Amino acid sequence: MPPKTEDIEIRLLLEAIFRKYHYDFRGYAMASIKRRLLQARDHFNCQTVSALQDMVLHDPGMMTAMLPYLTVQVSELFRDPLYFKAIREKVVPHLKTYPSLKVWIAGSSTGEEVYSFAILFREEGLFERTMFYATDINHDALKKAEAGVYSLERIKLFTENHRLSGGKGSLSDYYTAAYGAASFDKTLRKNVVFSDHSLATDAVFAETHMVSCRNVLIYFDRELQDRAITLFKGSLARKGFLGLGSKETLRFSSSADAFTDFAHDERIYQKRDVT
Amino acid sequence: MSTVMKSRKASDIIVRHTEPEAVVIGVSAGGLKALSAILPTLPADYPLPIMIVIHLPPDRNSVVAKLFDDKCALTVREADDKEDILPGYVYFAPPDYHLLIESDRRLSLSSEEPVLFSRPSVDVLFETAADVYGEGLIGIILTGANPDGAAGLKQVVKEGGRALVQRPDQAYASAMPEAALAMSPQAESLTLEQIADELIKAVQV
Repeated sequence: MPPKTEDIEIRLLLEAIFRKYHYDFRGYAMASIKRRLLQARDHFNCQTVSALQDMVLHDPGMMTAMLPYLTVQVSELFRDPLYFKAIREKVVPHLKTYPSLKVWIAGSSTGEEVYSFAILFREEGLFERTMFYATDINHDALKKAEAGVYSLERIKLFTENHRLSGGKGSLSDYYTAAYGAASFDKTLRKNVVFSDHSLATDAVFAETHMVSCRNVLIYFDRELQDRAITLFKGSLARKGFLGLGSKETLRFSSSADAFTDFAHDERIYQKRDVT
Repeated sequence: MSTVMKSRKASDIIVRHTEPEAVVIGVSAGGLKALSAILPTLPADYPLPIMIVIHLPPDRNSVVAKLFDDKCALTVREADDKEDILPGYVYFAPPDYHLLIESDRRLSLSSEEPVLFSRPSVDVLFETAADVYGEGLIGIILTGANPDGAAGLKQVVKEGGRALVQRPDQAYASAMPEAALAMSPQAESLTLEQIADELIKAVQV
């Protein structure tokens, strides 16, 4: 079957965005990005994706406006509490043997995962020796992550997640509530470096002991997933840990052999000693 | 017409796909019972892949796929991201993820916002499946208490696919099939037994 016009337009739009703004969405899984781009087309009152491309190319402000449609920013503190419980109970004992630690939160979005790790590491006595790298391609999301302010409506869920993750003490110890918002303790981010980084185009920037990248790879096609996993492999020290989303897998990656299953159900992998 | 045809290479001629390629099912309240009247009736060599969204409380340790795997001749699984869609396999959307179909015949998951308060969303599965399979898709809406799936089924029809809907008067909850029929009057309104029969007939030569 010949490609649909819309699919051609979407490929051209992603190519235009890459050439003009250097954001590379060309390796993203099409089904999801197509839905969101068609929503963007309607939102910006364009008849066609080509018309949207015209706007994006000629108005740099449009690129910023388009980013929320191109990236998915849905997260929670301690999302999938059993993942964090497994880190607490199974990974932390290994991490405690290192005098200093580096942890990479890849695709940190608006920061929920970063604060989850910072709180968990503080509760487990690892915080002071850890440097966190929180990276994302979306500058606005990074700024929100750095601010650490979340709507109070979400705190009930966060609190329950924290409890189910084996949290010690109360989540309320880590934020102050005012004007309908919860503002997380700024000392939680004193060891966090927030930085622009693209899994599609950038290289490894540090040796790390743990990489957490959850519900990011699902938006990539297999080829880009493979690139990202190979970056994680390159960044991780021997016997370092890689945490993925609850339905993500290394199964299709050329780097799969470099890892062993560490906590299968929680999708935590460990890099082999010799690779 | 003839000049158009002449200017084309043989390989460019569009072949109309009338053979069914895949089945999608959307179901909500009362769904386990309704699916139990369909899935176990299909033989082990059933040639079409079947992708299903059922609304359940968001609990990662869903047992639905396992439950049907035990009951069915077909292989039933919870979908993993980017896995190849295999004929005769039944894939359930995992709780709390949307299930989408990629044009390279692979499954994708997404944790984007709920659609009509639902994640997984029947609409998201149906719309992406209609986009990929077009006329080769059979879309089925069963019992449910919300309108999710109506827009998706409409898209299935628009792309030339076939639409089957459980008869609302026979459904445990009628809102979902009623909404689907209201948006797609061309859809066939059938009993669960008839739907199971149609799935078999659809693949008989």
